[in-house]
Amino acid sequence: MRTIAYYKSKKIAVNLIIHIFLIAVTITCLFPLFWMVSSSLKTQGTIFKDMSLIPKELHFENYVLAWKEGGFGRYFLNSILYTTSVVAGIIIISSLAAYAFSRFKFPGRNILFFMFIAAMMIPIPGSFVPLYVLLNKLHLRNTALGYILCMVNVGLSTSIFLLKTFFDKLPRELEDAARIDGCSKIGIWWHVALPLAKPVLAVVVVFNALNVWNEYVLALIIFDNKNLMPLQRALVMFQGEFLTNYPLLMAGLTITALPIIIIYFMMQKYIVKGVTSGALFG
Amino acid sequence: MRIKNTLENYLFVSPAAIIFIIFYVIPFIWVFQLGLYEWDGILPTRSFVGLGNFKEIFFEDKVWWQAMRNAGWITVIALTFQNALAFLLAWACDRQIKAKNFYRLIFFIPPVLSEVVVGLVWQWILDGNYGLLNHWLLNARFASLARNWLSDPATALNTVAIVHSWKGFGWGFLIFLAGLQTIPRELYEAARVDGANAWDSFRRITIPLMIPVAVLVSILTILGSMQAFILIIAMTDGGPAYHTQVPVLRILASMRGSSRFGYACAQGISFGLILMAVSFIQYRFSRKARDT
Repeated sequence: MRTIAYYKSKKIAVNLIIHIFLIAVTITCLFPLFWMVSSSLKTQGTIFKDMSLIPKELHFENYVLAWKEGGFGRYFLNSILYTTSVVAGIIIISSLAAYAFSRFKFPGRNILFFMFIAAMMIPIPGSFVPLYVLLNKLHLRNTALGYILCMVNVGLSTSIFLLKTFFDKLPRELEDAARIDGCSKIGIWWHVALPLAKPVLAVVVVFNALNVWNEYVLALIIFDNKNLMPLQRALVMFQGEFLTNYPLLMAGLTITALPIIIIYFMMQKYIVKGVTSGALFG
Repeated sequence: MRIKNTLENYLFVSPAAIIFIIFYVIPFIWVFQLGLYEWDGILPTRSFVGLGNFKEIFFEDKVWWQAMRNAGWITVIALTFQNALAFLLAWACDRQIKAKNFYRLIFFIPPVLSEVVVGLVWQWILDGNYGLLNHWLLNARFASLARNWLSDPATALNTVAIVHSWKGFGWGFLIFLAGLQTIPRELYEAARVDGANAWDSFRRITIPLMIPVAVLVSILTILGSMQAFILIIAMTDGGPAYHTQVPVLRILASMRGSSRFGYACAQGISFGLILMAVSFIQYRFSRKARDT
């Protein structure tokens, strides 16, 4: 018979190994971000020599420089504009459609819904080629509107799917009561269905916001005009133009990453929910 | 009244349908149409070449197949290293632990960052002359290990693949963890009562129940890794020479570099079909594994 002390120490040893492993991965996850911020506070003169993790002097003026001269203020506002308008568009358009798919009967309903789902499943790598041609024809290339419409389309299928699944499970009593009170269809959608859908809408908002903020390739083919570019596109361009100005580049990267990290920390619950519900449906 | 009712219903779906048709269906059809032409994307005239573009892809375009092999290699690393890491972490977190929520918060940070940000930060860390990694290696007297990680043909592809795995393991981790948490604890307790040790219950309970989850994670990993390219734009832009070229970068190069829109579409079709075939095979395979 082994003693209690043996089992206890074995358990402690196993837990210790597991924790060391988890902490090591945690450090690997956080360190690059830490180094990004640290580098953004050095100067062009010291960055190639000063390898200290926390710089002796903190040069916050890099952020002012990046914001003003680097143009990141402009790009930041562009990203905000694109993200908010795309998310707002997706919320309205996809919830209208999802509600109709769930509640109403009309000819072509199933085939249309099937098309949205098929679009979610079929990978078309290089779909940006015909989109480029299309936007040129519509004179929407190099316009904010063209980019916003393309990005609304990108988020549409998944959002409709998530919302329809939610509405399908939602009891209809409240909507029936509103109808008896004389509320119109559009009124029921706005006053009853949307408020009830808040938890799913949060998932839709978070995922689409991350997706638009982080998007690169459509911004690459749509925008030649610097004044319209969002952050991701501008960062790659900046790196190409100012090859070795690392402090400013790192400041730009921090400006780009920070809002995402803040939103992520605030809305983590919904992200976990979204990932795992997507997983369970597969 | 009924007609008005139906029209009203269409009003609900029409914004979504219109955007979808213009920005998804039409481009989708155009890909197949354009793939049969030689066209520079600007001139109104284009010449019909039939399946010529596809013939060129399959028999002449060596760089395309090199890009395919590179993406395949990145995918192999993601399937093995990245997913093994994701599973181990999920398993470690599931067994215990008070700090589970903390780890879950941290491990999903890389996936929410953009590929551009991740690529540029790592490119700075891995820089051959001024990068932190080489600085550490030199100081720790491992000077022989220091190298130009991203511009040395011997290491560039693997380095990119590792950074790709760093960015991606959080997805697998979250899905594995959710899967592990659906396994009833009573199963483990029953197994222990029957005299099974930790390894037995891992092999007999955890693994069989996790197969469907593992298949899902692998499909997502394959589709994601084969199509990865933005990270590569930010880190190496396909270089040195063609050592980190991947298919989507080639499509982009056909379109923007050599202005061959038809050829770019044909590349997209070939690649899309291969991806669909792979995930279909894997799906069938998993059905079989689940049924037996």
